[in-house]
Amino acid sequence: MNDASKVIEVNGLSLTFPTSDGDVQALQDIDLTINRGDFVSFIGPSGCGKTTLLRVIADLEQATAGSIEVNGMTPEEARLARAYGYVFQAASLYPWRTIASNVALPLEIMGLKGEEIRSRVERNLALVDLAGFGKKYPWQLSGGMQQRASIARALAVEPDLLLMDEPFGALDEIVRDHLNEQLLKLWAKTNKTVVFVTHSIPEAVFLSNRIVVMSPRPGRIHEVIESDLPPERDLSIRETQSFLHLANRVRDGLRAGHSYDEVS
Amino acid sequence: MVSRHVSAMMPVAVVSLAIIVLWYVGAAMLNLAWEKSVAQRNDTPVSTIQMLRNTMHQERPVLPSPHQVVQEIIDTTIKKKITSKRSLIYHAGITLSSSMLGFAMGTLLGIVLAVIIVYNDALNKSLLPWIIASQTIPILAIAPMIIVVLNAVGIQGLLPKAFISMYLSFFPVAVGMVKGLNSPSSSYLDLMRTYNASSWQTFIKLRLPTSLPFLFTSMKVAVAISVVGAIVAELPTGAVAGLGARLLAGSYYGQTVQIWSALVVASILAALLVVVVGLLGDWVNRRMGLVRG
Amino acid sequence: MERILFTGASVFSVLGVLLQGPWQTGIAMLAVALIAFLQLKRSRLLAAIATGGMALVAANSLIGLVDEAGAVNAGFWCLVVAAWLLAWGSVEQLSAIRTLSKIYRTVLGVVIPVLFGLWLLILWELLTRGLDVPQVLLPAPSQISERFMSSGSILWADFKQTFLRAVLIGYAIGCGAGFVVAVLIDRSPFLQRGLLPIGNLVSALPIVGVAPIMVMWFGFDWPSKAAVVIIMTFFPMLVNTVSGLSAAQPMQHDLMKTYAASYWQSLFKLRIPEALPFIFNALKINSTLAMIGAIVAEFFGTPTVGMGFRISTEVGRMNVDMVWAEIAVAALAGSLFYGLIALLERIFTFWHPSVRS
Ligand SMILES: Nc1ncnc2c1ncn2[C@@H]1O[C@H](COP(=O)(O)OP(=O)(O)OP(=O)(O)O)[C@@H](O)[C@H]1O
Ligand SMILES: [Mg+2]
Repeated sequence: MNDASKVIEVNGLSLTFPTSDGDVQALQDIDLTINRGDFVSFIGPSGCGKTTLLRVIADLEQATAGSIEVNGMTPEEARLARAYGYVFQAASLYPWRTIASNVALPLEIMGLKGEEIRSRVERNLALVDLAGFGKKYPWQLSGGMQQRASIARALAVEPDLLLMDEPFGALDEIVRDHLNEQLLKLWAKTNKTVVFVTHSIPEAVFLSNRIVVMSPRPGRIHEVIESDLPPERDLSIRETQSFLHLANRVRDGLRAGHSYDEVS
Repeated sequence: MVSRHVSAMMPVAVVSLAIIVLWYVGAAMLNLAWEKSVAQRNDTPVSTIQMLRNTMHQERPVLPSPHQVVQEIIDTTIKKKITSKRSLIYHAGITLSSSMLGFAMGTLLGIVLAVIIVYNDALNKSLLPWIIASQTIPILAIAPMIIVVLNAVGIQGLLPKAFISMYLSFFPVAVGMVKGLNSPSSSYLDLMRTYNASSWQTFIKLRLPTSLPFLFTSMKVAVAISVVGAIVAELPTGAVAGLGARLLAGSYYGQTVQIWSALVVASILAALLVVVVGLLGDWVNRRMGLVRG
Repeated sequence: MERILFTGASVFSVLGVLLQGPWQTGIAMLAVALIAFLQLKRSRLLAAIATGGMALVAANSLIGLVDEAGAVNAGFWCLVVAAWLLAWGSVEQLSAIRTLSKIYRTVLGVVIPVLFGLWLLILWELLTRGLDVPQVLLPAPSQISERFMSSGSILWADFKQTFLRAVLIGYAIGCGAGFVVAVLIDRSPFLQRGLLPIGNLVSALPIVGVAPIMVMWFGFDWPSKAAVVIIMTFFPMLVNTVSGLSAAQPMQHDLMKTYAASYWQSLFKLRIPEALPFIFNALKINSTLAMIGAIVAEFFGTPTVGMGFRISTEVGRMNVDMVWAEIAVAALAGSLFYGLIALLERIFTFWHPSVRS
């Protein structure tokens, strides 16, 4: 694999938070490479540093040791070049803007012009099934619709890299399945690189071609599992033998991470 | 712990220092014109340094320097008998007593209004807009009226002034208390309903305790504004005593140092009252277990 | 509740007739109160209109009688009480109406307080005239409105001097300066931590006391009043804007960071909108402070015009109706000012949970 296909390269990365009652080691010795077109999920128990790692990639947090490159640049350079779109756990739409102008927000900041903004907003709202809702305000929509709008907002930047932190965590099972399917379709269609944080094993297995299992205190990578599922999937794949097998491997990895925690 | 306190105090100290320095500079600049005119009248050349030095000690400066004000306050508090008409403590005491009386009446009125508003829908809808409207009437517009009317009925002295403090202070209490009494979430109210609690029990056991933090927050505002009320009330009455009367007398005779010292003492008084009410509120809230100590 | 009120109204109507009050009014009220009592369940709106209307008609005829010799007896007062209870019952009915229509609710939200105010005026009128309260003590609303009509030009001149000049100009400068300084110190956490506690303290101090100083510095005319208003309104605006600017959630700051937004972009697109509820809070507080400041400052010297000046001189001359006319102007101006700001608040912060519901 040549260098150009590497989107994220992390080497020996550690991060400690100084707090009033001592330092918290959130990440320790992380090595990870993510290639163009990958769909990578981070999974692990609460507090193991999934969000922190994603935030380091997004330059929202700075590593205390080790190195990290995004698109061959430092995370800061990548952020300033608007190399990625970030979807937060909560939709965090601005209540004073309509759905359409929320999606337009990053485009305005990038300095795009009116016509271009309008067409991108329309296109991306249609992509997440919100075509008729542009004129509504966020608080007039359901939680699932809000989250879809925030995904449209991240997509509108048209980044090659999408960072998503438990984007479907607050949604019910049915909506979640639906959005998972849509996200997968989108990924197949656009060949984006996606880094996805989740707590759900089925979600991780269903979506990813690589699953990063993390363990807590201090946060580290326990295991990276390559998926042998075909890239074209629909929800029925969850009943197949290979899916269940993969899910079990992830579960074992998570257990091992936990027991390690209890021994130490 | 200590270092955190220090680092919180640092900016405040620096800014306060900057304000005092600015005050001195302002005093020098504003008072210089007078020194120049004096020098011109006397036809004696005075060095700029000397003039600047003089600006700090004028009898009727445009802006008295901080140490002049401090000196005046010391002269009129520590060095005077409390009963003396020239003692600022005496005047502050008069203002304090009418503002405290007004504050007490205002708090009571505010609480009563809030309870009525919370428990009667018709009064809620008809009264609340008028309570807000009452505050848009500038207090001084009605102050002379209140004083004249009460005088005619034979009420004099403290009470008319206290009425004005009450008029100003009932409002924040009423508004804060309505918010506080309505603050228990519907699940708490439902819980009381499952106990089949009477509305009186709900009031005593749920609404009242949860409203206390709101009450004390608004009482801090109310006590500050009741000092304003007491001072303002002393203006149109032509009162001879009280901090407002000192302001008025100072302005008649151009005694700027006197005005400033009355102002500073009034500020100290208000600040102290706010602190006292704040401490009282903290104590009650802690006793009630509403705020973790 | 309504049943008690309507029963009370009936009882007082009967008493009023027995005690030789104007019997036509009494009988009419008794009839309406009884019908309302019996038909209560049918339609609240109808009952409310009937009782409210009857109460107003009765009040009108009572006011017509109040100056007639011998008319004001115990029966008269019983009928006043009956009319008042009837009106109260009507308002209870109105506020018990549960409706989903928005327009209907808005209309009720205006009508109910207006009725309350109207009855305050009616009782005031009846009491002052019925009990022959000396005009020096408390003039009747009709006398005040007469004075209001006949001295329009004086009132207008005072209004222009005090409100249009001192209050509005001072308010605009004070609030504007508070906002600008808050934005300027926004980039310096040190200045914020230094100025915020001091601003909070100063907001609690009796700043009106600077009025004599401002009058000495800036003269008798309106600039000295505007200066007092500026100082009074500056600190609440400063303190509120500073806390408003830091009201945005950390996640929203992160969002702006992922867009590589500049300082000014995140200021205008995120933090100022987020601060608007705080800013409007300050604007509302300041609207009353500004009126207080301007009128107080007039006590320390004015040209012979201005609302505060007029009030203090007319009180001295015992022209109490003129004083009340000025108070009416002040109340009207203050309420409209406040109402305008509240309206703007609803328009600009329509998205805020407190406005939405
Ligand atoms: N700003 C911070 N200051 C101090 N400690 C922090 C901070 N942010 C995170 N931590 C700590 O770092 C560790 C990892 O946190 P992180 O949010 O990355 O966990 P997570 O894997 O995303 O958990 P979850 O699944 O619950 O979201 C935790 O122990 C947390 O307490
Ligand atoms: Mg997380």
